[in-house]
Amino acid sequence: MPAKDPILVVLQLSGGNDYFNTVIPYNDPLYRDNRPAVGIPDDQILHIDNEMGLHPAMAPIKRLYDEGKVAIMHGVGYANSPRSHFRSMDIWHTCEPDKVIPDGWLGRAIRDIDPNKENVVTAVSFGPSLFRALVAPGVPVACVGGALESYGLLPGIQGESQRAKILDRFARMYSPLVGRTNVMEYLGTTGLDSMKGADILKMAPQQYASTVKYPETPIAKKLRGIAQVHLANLGTKVFYCDHGSFDTHASQNPGHGNLWTAVSEGVEAFVADLKEHDAADNVIMLLFSEFGRRVHDNGSGTDHGAAGVAFVIGDKVKGGQYGQYPSRKAEDLVQGDLNPNMDFRSVYSTIVQQWMKLDPKAIVGGTFEQPAFLKN
Amino acid sequence: MALKEDLTLMAHLMRRAGFGASRDELEARVAKGYEATVDELLHPEQQEPVDVFTLLRYQPGSLLPGGQPPMGNVNWMYFLVNTKRTLEEKMTIFWHHLFATGNSKVDNYDQLLDQIALFRRCALGSYRDLLVEVAKNPAMIFWLDNNQNHGTAVNENWGRELLELFSMGVGNYTEKDVREASRAFTGWTLENKLPRAPYGRFSWKFEYRPEDHDDGEKEFLGHRGRLDGEDIIDIIVQQPACGRFIARHLYNFFVADEPQVPSWSIEQPRDPKAIDTLATVFQESKYDMRAVLRTLFNSDFFKNARFTHMKSPAELVVSTLRLVGGFELPKPGYGELSMQPSYMGQDLLNPPSVEGWHTGREWINSGSLMARINFVAELIGDPSLPGVRAIIDRLKAQAPLGPEQLVDGCLDLLGPVEVNAETRQELVEQAKEWGQLRWDSEANANAADQHVGEMLQLIVATREYQFA
Repeated sequence: MPAKDPILVVLQLSGGNDYFNTVIPYNDPLYRDNRPAVGIPDDQILHIDNEMGLHPAMAPIKRLYDEGKVAIMHGVGYANSPRSHFRSMDIWHTCEPDKVIPDGWLGRAIRDIDPNKENVVTAVSFGPSLFRALVAPGVPVACVGGALESYGLLPGIQGESQRAKILDRFARMYSPLVGRTNVMEYLGTTGLDSMKGADILKMAPQQYASTVKYPETPIAKKLRGIAQVHLANLGTKVFYCDHGSFDTHASQNPGHGNLWTAVSEGVEAFVADLKEHDAADNVIMLLFSEFGRRVHDNGSGTDHGAAGVAFVIGDKVKGGQYGQYPSRKAEDLVQGDLNPNMDFRSVYSTIVQQWMKLDPKAIVGGTFEQPAFLKN
Repeated sequence: MALKEDLTLMAHLMRRAGFGASRDELEARVAKGYEATVDELLHPEQQEPVDVFTLLRYQPGSLLPGGQPPMGNVNWMYFLVNTKRTLEEKMTIFWHHLFATGNSKVDNYDQLLDQIALFRRCALGSYRDLLVEVAKNPAMIFWLDNNQNHGTAVNENWGRELLELFSMGVGNYTEKDVREASRAFTGWTLENKLPRAPYGRFSWKFEYRPEDHDDGEKEFLGHRGRLDGEDIIDIIVQQPACGRFIARHLYNFFVADEPQVPSWSIEQPRDPKAIDTLATVFQESKYDMRAVLRTLFNSDFFKNARFTHMKSPAELVVSTLRLVGGFELPKPGYGELSMQPSYMGQDLLNPPSVEGWHTGREWINSGSLMARINFVAELIGDPSLPGVRAIIDRLKAQAPLGPEQLVDGCLDLLGPVEVNAETRQELVEQAKEWGQLRWDSEANANAADQHVGEMLQLIVATREYQFA
């Protein structure tokens, strides 16, 4: 049986996930000192070893950790974070900390994977707009804004056969013709790619059958959509979705907990679904956020910080903890924040080289040490 | 009855100088005359202002939106959809493009809306006066770090962007000029403000600190003296490069898509004569935007530039909402609606950088094209919306409709929109499948309504419809 292609699912935690309350160094008195308002009570923290514990809402993730399927990447980030959502997220998407560029690491990776654009659904994202991480010139990305079942052009046209006729008409109108301008040709290609992508993707929910029950949360629905597309074997190599907002400046408890409940239960259902279909062994999932949050809380929540935590989950992941939890001592903090000690591009590099089998240098913009969180 | 050519020209004017117009409005304007309409557009003070109290009644959170979307977008969308002062609002977008200031750093939609209000106020006035206001605008000062520009430690961010992006463009000044300009603006800073905790955001205010100002001798673009910020601006606006730069921006925004701004020092304008014309008026009128725009809209190069401009997401969304009607009140759901341009790639009040957005064909990618088509189609296919019903009723008045009549009628009432012969042929082939449309019985009327909706959706899905 031929080896299965490696698949990457990215689950972006938008807004700046609070590292210090996600992975908790529960023995450290500085945790209690710095978190008078939002500290998690000792008896609620889910211990994963004799130093670290997870947020109580992450029980499903803990179960996966105990099975050895979760790699925790400590202290991820980059130097001189502007602590701005958009700029920081841009940096994670483009791998370019010093200037604004329009294309993203996964866009570049997809261009390497499918340079001749043979499959317009090589990359599928679930969310209303195109994540910059997926952008690269000439790379089509199917952006599923709503439900996968209704994804496609002109969903408002009633009646299946009527819709098919109208879409056929659309394809004919978009076919490139001699003498058209550059931009009309570009519109033509983009429109036809979008349509082709929609045609391919709409088969996925039709072929899907599963006993797994996903929760009724937006993130679980997106993950279910991803499962449907993956299980339909359409050749998609990269999936992207997000959940948020993790920007918990206020009312962090219970807000942060609710967010992690949704993410954890969604991930659990997704992993179970893949397992039921014997389709889990070639899929890994990266969870990341654009920054962590301040060490000291602000009385109700936490403000923007620097170093954060990333997770990589999958059967082929070597579970455990990688890197080092940055020091919480006041003299070691940077502007009151945990100092990043693992460049996020290191995590990307492992994924790009060891998982996707691509040359990471041009994709992540340099050579970075690769934490060894994947099984051989 | 309005001549077809007059209607087409008026539709073109209203698409560019505004956000389009219904057939009723077009006919009224044609009766008034083209130049009279241009004049009306140039005098927004003659129209009622937007009723901001209704906005606040429905969306009180849009008064002081804070740091996160969508309430800032809600506030502006309300103006965009409801304004009668359409050219003024278009120019507000224009200035926002040019002086691109983003929430990603400012983290304060209250202040950004203040900046938009400034652009609205100064939309058609003196560019020189606007530049001075912008130099004192708190959001801009913070955005470009001029609050960190000290006599003892000069910060060149504002000084550079003023020359590079806001007035003259790369190649028209030296690094020394950037430095001297920056020196001249030292001391143009922000008042110390109350901290955000615990009572929330307070308004930012401009403050001039003479003790922080470098009052020394400077040389800028050949002029010597103890120049301060206003002096710099006065020197800038006199430069021929400034008139040409602003003219080219106006051309790109109102006439036809130019290459992206970063290449302007290398790539020539597509119509250098048009740029010269506008630059000349700019100088002769002493930088009066009203005068420049009057020349622009009355020129042949404008009148002939049909469908040469890719609609920006904001233009697409706003013109659709205005066409279909029913979205005048900011009811529940307005937040999501106001974010539509963001999903299509134009996050108003939050451009990706001080360079603003890439326009023209770069609005289009595999994500945005489907979003654009589906957004318009969903609304135009809904006969319960007043503007759509108006289109159907006009078509009904010509019933029974043969295939060509249906196609031409829909193209006419949606714009008039121009499509290529091949596209039109496909539309006619589609209409032929439906035969004649009649409204003489309930069954026929339902079918006719449905097919009109489908034809409208097909037209707004064409490549041609992406252009204005």
